[in-house]
Amino acid sequence: MIKHLLSFMEATPWGTAVRESTWLFPTIESIHVLALVLVVGSIMVVDLRLLNVASRQRSVKELTEDVLPWTWAAFGAAAITGTLLFSSSAIRYSGIWQFEAKMCMLVLAAINMGVFHLGAFRSVTHWDQPNVRPPVAARLAGGISLAIWVSIVALGRWIGFA
Amino acid sequence: MIKEFCVWLNATSLSQHIQDALWVIPTVQTVHIVSIAIVMTSMAMLDLRLVGIAGRRQSLADMAHRFLPWVWVALVVLLCTGTILIIAEPGRELINNVFWLKMSLLAVALALTGTFQLMLRRSKTFWDRNRTAAILLGSASLLVWIGIIGAGRWIAYVEHG
Repeated sequence: MIKHLLSFMEATPWGTAVRESTWLFPTIESIHVLALVLVVGSIMVVDLRLLNVASRQRSVKELTEDVLPWTWAAFGAAAITGTLLFSSSAIRYSGIWQFEAKMCMLVLAAINMGVFHLGAFRSVTHWDQPNVRPPVAARLAGGISLAIWVSIVALGRWIGFA
Repeated sequence: MIKEFCVWLNATSLSQHIQDALWVIPTVQTVHIVSIAIVMTSMAMLDLRLVGIAGRRQSLADMAHRFLPWVWVALVVLLCTGTILIIAEPGRELINNVFWLKMSLLAVALALTGTFQLMLRRSKTFWDRNRTAAILLGSASLLVWIGIIGAGRWIAYVEHG
């Protein structure tokens, strides 16, 4: 079942094109890197605010409203370019443990984000004051997120060495 | 000249040690990419604010105060990790046109960022009063930083020494 899906991805016109072209892979990869540094960098802005390390004068609510739309746009670009790169050799990539671990980490990042939004962030108006340390649940979410995203960068880079 | 330097550097025991330890290059590259994330996001925020597209709820001076210290610290980390990567594989970078293109773009980016900071230091409202200059500087800076990232990735794909 999965094997069929992977073969199908490799046989798609874009999978074939990326595999057979000499310049498509590095070009798409460059866009992937640009998108992922914006994802990681903008998430770090939020995480460091939650950890009370940076942007302390700014309201958490305002800061997330300013930053997260850009995060999502960049994430969309990273997901599309990532899918294109994956399609070029879907069967090979799916067998690399660093790739599998990276996907697991993305799921963990989503769970951590969901827990934060349904939990500590709901009462944001109660604790959102300049120079006040966010509650422990918010700091925890920020710290976990930071660790997860650094590991995603590391695993992503390691795919190239596998 | 450069070629002889690369041969010498490549033969040093430090370079050999890094090459033998398979984990060093990917680890250093990971630190390099995370630092690029800090620089690129900070510069994108400032450049988009200069152009007037994002972050208008905060003054440019406050935003620069928030982000520029991180940029300069991350740039020092990038210099260190970049140097380690050159010691590990000298020919891959020093005998590579795309590497020198990246360094040229970096010089332009630093000059633009320096100009931005200098004028802001002279007057907190300089860029609010000179809108055309702000839009030009912001868009030029953003394009140059994007070029640096593209060139950085292409170093791995072109012919090198």
